[in-house]
Amino acid sequence: MKPNNKLFEPALVQTALKQSFIKLDPRVMVRNPVMFTVEIGTLIMAYVTVYSFSRSGQGAPLYNFFIFLVLLLTVLFANFAEAIAEARGKAQADSLRKTREETPAKVLLDNGRIEIRSSNQLKKGDVFICEAGDTIPTDGEIIEGIATIDESAITGESAPVIRESGGDKSSVTGGTKVLSDEIKVQVSTAPGESFLDKMIALVEGASRQKTPNEIALTILLASFTLVFIIVCVTLKPFADYANTPITIAALISLFVCLIPTTIGGLLSAIGIAGMDRALRANVITKSGKAVETAGDIDVLLLDKTGTITIGNRKATNFYPTAGINIKSFTDACVLSSLADETPEGKSIIELAAEQGVKIQGTPEGSAFIKFTAETRSSGLDTADGKRIRKGAFDSMRSMVQKAGNHFPSDIEDHVKAIATNGGTPLVVAENEQALGVIELQDIIKPGISERFERLRKMGVKTVMVTGDNPLTAKYIAEKAGVDDFIAEAKPEDKMNYIKDEQTLGKLVAMMGDGTNDAPALAQADVGVAMNSGTQVAKEAGNMVDLDNDPTKLIEIVEIGKQLLITRGTLTTFSIANDVAKYFAIVPALFIASIPALQSLNIMGLHSPESAIMSAVIFNAIIIPILIPLALKGVAYKPIGATALLRRNLFIYGIGGVVAPFIGIKIIDLLVGLFV
Amino acid sequence: MNTELIGIIATFLLTLVIAIPLGKYLARVFAGEKVWTDFLKPLETGIYKLSGINIKEQMNWKQQLKALLTINTLWLFYGFFVLIFQDKLPFNPDRNPGMTPDLAFNTIISFVANCNLQHYSGESGVSYLTQQYVLMFLQFVSAATGIAAAVVLFKAFRDKTTTDLGNFWEFFVKSITRLLLPLSFVMALILTFNGTPASYEGKDRFISVQGDTVNVSRGPAAQMIAIKHLGTNGGGYFGANSAHPFENPGYFTNMVELIAQVIVPIAMVIAFGYFIRRKKLAWTIFGVMTIGLFMLLLPMLSSELGGNPALGKMGISQTTGAMEGKEVRFGPAASAYWATVTTIISTGSVNSMHDSSMPMSGTWQLLGMMINSFYGGCGVGLLNYFIYLIIAVFISGLMVGRTPEFLGHKVEAREIKIAAIITLLSPFLILVGTAIASYIFTNHGNAAWAVQPKSWLNNPGFHGFSEMLYEMTSSNANNGSGFEGLGDNNIFWNLSTGIVIFLGRFLPIIGPVAIAGLLGAKKFIPESAGTLKTDTKTFALMTFAVIIVLNALSYFPALALGPLAEYFTMLK
Repeated sequence: MKPNNKLFEPALVQTALKQSFIKLDPRVMVRNPVMFTVEIGTLIMAYVTVYSFSRSGQGAPLYNFFIFLVLLLTVLFANFAEAIAEARGKAQADSLRKTREETPAKVLLDNGRIEIRSSNQLKKGDVFICEAGDTIPTDGEIIEGIATIDESAITGESAPVIRESGGDKSSVTGGTKVLSDEIKVQVSTAPGESFLDKMIALVEGASRQKTPNEIALTILLASFTLVFIIVCVTLKPFADYANTPITIAALISLFVCLIPTTIGGLLSAIGIAGMDRALRANVITKSGKAVETAGDIDVLLLDKTGTITIGNRKATNFYPTAGINIKSFTDACVLSSLADETPEGKSIIELAAEQGVKIQGTPEGSAFIKFTAETRSSGLDTADGKRIRKGAFDSMRSMVQKAGNHFPSDIEDHVKAIATNGGTPLVVAENEQALGVIELQDIIKPGISERFERLRKMGVKTVMVTGDNPLTAKYIAEKAGVDDFIAEAKPEDKMNYIKDEQTLGKLVAMMGDGTNDAPALAQADVGVAMNSGTQVAKEAGNMVDLDNDPTKLIEIVEIGKQLLITRGTLTTFSIANDVAKYFAIVPALFIASIPALQSLNIMGLHSPESAIMSAVIFNAIIIPILIPLALKGVAYKPIGATALLRRNLFIYGIGGVVAPFIGIKIIDLLVGLFV
Repeated sequence: MNTELIGIIATFLLTLVIAIPLGKYLARVFAGEKVWTDFLKPLETGIYKLSGINIKEQMNWKQQLKALLTINTLWLFYGFFVLIFQDKLPFNPDRNPGMTPDLAFNTIISFVANCNLQHYSGESGVSYLTQQYVLMFLQFVSAATGIAAAVVLFKAFRDKTTTDLGNFWEFFVKSITRLLLPLSFVMALILTFNGTPASYEGKDRFISVQGDTVNVSRGPAAQMIAIKHLGTNGGGYFGANSAHPFENPGYFTNMVELIAQVIVPIAMVIAFGYFIRRKKLAWTIFGVMTIGLFMLLLPMLSSELGGNPALGKMGISQTTGAMEGKEVRFGPAASAYWATVTTIISTGSVNSMHDSSMPMSGTWQLLGMMINSFYGGCGVGLLNYFIYLIIAVFISGLMVGRTPEFLGHKVEAREIKIAAIITLLSPFLILVGTAIASYIFTNHGNAAWAVQPKSWLNNPGFHGFSEMLYEMTSSNANNGSGFEGLGDNNIFWNLSTGIVIFLGRFLPIIGPVAIAGLLGAKKFIPESAGTLKTDTKTFALMTFAVIIVLNALSYFPALALGPLAEYFTMLK
């Protein structure tokens, strides 16, 4: 899937514009108390406009109409912000869903017959068959067979993957394509209930629930709104005392300018955009809360293989014993690995090739000896009677010694050194004579330690989970720069580690794919299941990663933080704006009867009418100006909480005080040309 | 630098010299650690035994508040009836009459609430019995109530997770025996030796040089003046409060009273930090409060020392600054300093008439009371500050990308709801109260009341508006100082300010204690690099900005129509 980075697609803008009007319905608006009060203000202004045509005392009809128009625009802008965020999220989800709609499915009936049905008629529990070339109609679990599958429609990764029944790689996703073989798949979700469907529903707002922080912020904003209701209502008797008539238009303008419309209008857009950003990172979230929680994560559990290290170990060195030259030892190593299909075996041949040793094909008449659990070694017997073996240190030593040969002590030294360095030694022997040691090492992913450093600065502790022995684990942990590790990990170890951290009050995130990860995924505060994982794992977690990329957790944490930061900074900006608006409107209200208050008109605005108009116009247009920021999110920099606060306080606090002084003045200059 | 300024600098420094060790001492007292005043233990044990209190009984925040509200209700009823029937009770040598019910209502709420707004005059409105056993008694216990409530908040943050917030009665009794009573004793002696009366005899009489017979009120004043400052009460023995030569005979007593009203509020901040073992947090809070003090004090000094611009325009030289309404023995600098501390701290005693301050000084006095947490009243100043702190924590927590937390406890919707209601309360009470008064004055000035609304104001116009605004602000802040010039002893003002004082006292105690109780019971989250620290300069700046912006936004229009309009009109 191609991420769509353009903020305002024309088609989406059109839908959003239409939605902005539909959302004017007060039953919808009431969910957002701040904008709801603006809508009420708009209605009052509509009445005042009509009223002022026939009677005097409430200002010129045209002026009233203009204020009405700007207030209406304010509400529409806020609705548009929400609508465009929804439209973008929906478009993103739709493009994922499109692939799987109306795909014919070969459903296997109870009587063994096959019937073709449309994918949207599939029910949970149905079994269908997919052959090479078929598109998988819906999400399901393989119950029989093995197949290579092209998942590029979902993940964008072109290399095919293998999925097979049983085990942890049994899950298939609708929209992906079978490249070879045949599989029998059981439908795991009812139509309209897949994760993607759930996510679309979340974005569309019907089932969107406010997250805990969003609720708290809404309460705070509502209380600010109430304060300003009090300020504006009491201003009427105050003005009467001072013999200053205040028009309804002026009072409502003051009110709308003061209440936090900027953040109020953008609040839900920010939340939706957070889920949308997760989706763009190819992560499906089951709730908005999960994204928010991700920002609070203190501990990150990461599997070693695939996350910290490149999938498999690689040969890094050949160490021949004294008296054997490197060339002949390398030859023996290559011969021993010719039949070795494991990635480790292949890496030995690669390393030899790098060192200039190449063997063209298998020597005539040689026989491969397969690895068995008994001998714990493999190799080949050549036609000329050479028996070349490669295997673990202790099994090779006992083989050598059983044959009555001496096992060289320098090999033992090498073995020890390799083990303490976190590597795996493989001993190679010819005719029961030890030749030397191959060193296999875990290759740490390039750039991974920088990412851990970044996490550390965010205050997130990283924990590596591995099946390796503690010595190896420790070595890799240090080299990769993780803070802690769980060695020789069993599934329950993960679970216990999570519980221990949680009793300390920390929030834990982990990623997993297997069924045995499910309890830990459910226990973790943020559990990300890989899309390739089992259905059980996907049900247990609260996010699904379509890319099956274990480093995705790092991105998710940043998305969560960005979400909160965007809310916080725009709240600060919104409140800070009020200072300038006061200096525009308050002198304008009283200047007629208290000329001395002209001194408060520090912006030198043209006239009371233009001052009020400029303030409401600024208040309205700041919303669309900030929509891109709300959708993209405020940049997160891991520079420590205090430094981050200082930075955001400076940009959005001080900036929030200064910006409207400039903005209102400029608008006033323009308005002054007409009034 | 002139002597007047050196005088106030010395006063401030002396305040710190006393308050900081006092704070450390208080932390130990309330933590139950060993202190040198432990010889008073038998006295406390006696009180507990007499009242059947078991101080080992731990209370949660709800039980704490229940205890606090119960005892305060009791005092309300007790005081109300004594005030009404004081003419029939002993110790009334001057034969002063009993209070009217509405005045008694106002007075008793005012004293129970540590506000001490006085719609009566000490010389003619109360008897020695009520002065001593109602008003002065309440000055002790209302201060102790505030301190005990603050200690409950301390307890919530001392341990990682706890619902046991100690025993209210223990905090309450110790506030009196270990702090208020000993200090009052010392201060009363100082005042007595400097000329403040402490006698139970009735009015004295002398014949002036002109041959007029003058009756001079006196009475047991020194002890009450001591606690009125130490307990940030502010209710004077005499009508003219600390401008009266008996209450405040000279510059030295002026310094003593200035220091006395500030030490406990500062000490409580220091005690907070030492008690919860986060000294740096205490110093940060202290820093914010002190900067607040100076930001209000400096412009006030400048306008008072600069003299009245209206007189200046007439070519009259004012080398001593604006002297109207001030006592010659204190001068404008010490009066401005007093006006600042008495408004930022909820004392409300006055040594000059705020009604006569320069218009801009009125703005700073009003702002000080609206903010009400730059040091603030005994215990309650810190509680008020806590609300601003929670809001600052919430907004800045979001700004750094983490669910907001304070001292390891998550601040969530429930806490924000309480903080929001308390934040809302002050503008509601002040603005709605003033709006109702303005409405009645403007539209029903001729109402057939005992005192017609149109005759409420000495100076109509902007200044009159400030008088009404000041009265409501002072009531809400539990400050108790008056702008004067307002005819306030009538049914409207007695009832309205009585209600405002009551709500403005108890809700802002309930709110913070509830938040602290809820937070304290939450799971403790250890700090990480992503945690926002609340004891840094940056966070202090954030809190300061929250305080200033919230108050400026709530009150700017009202201030513009009152003191600001008066000021700018005066300049024209």
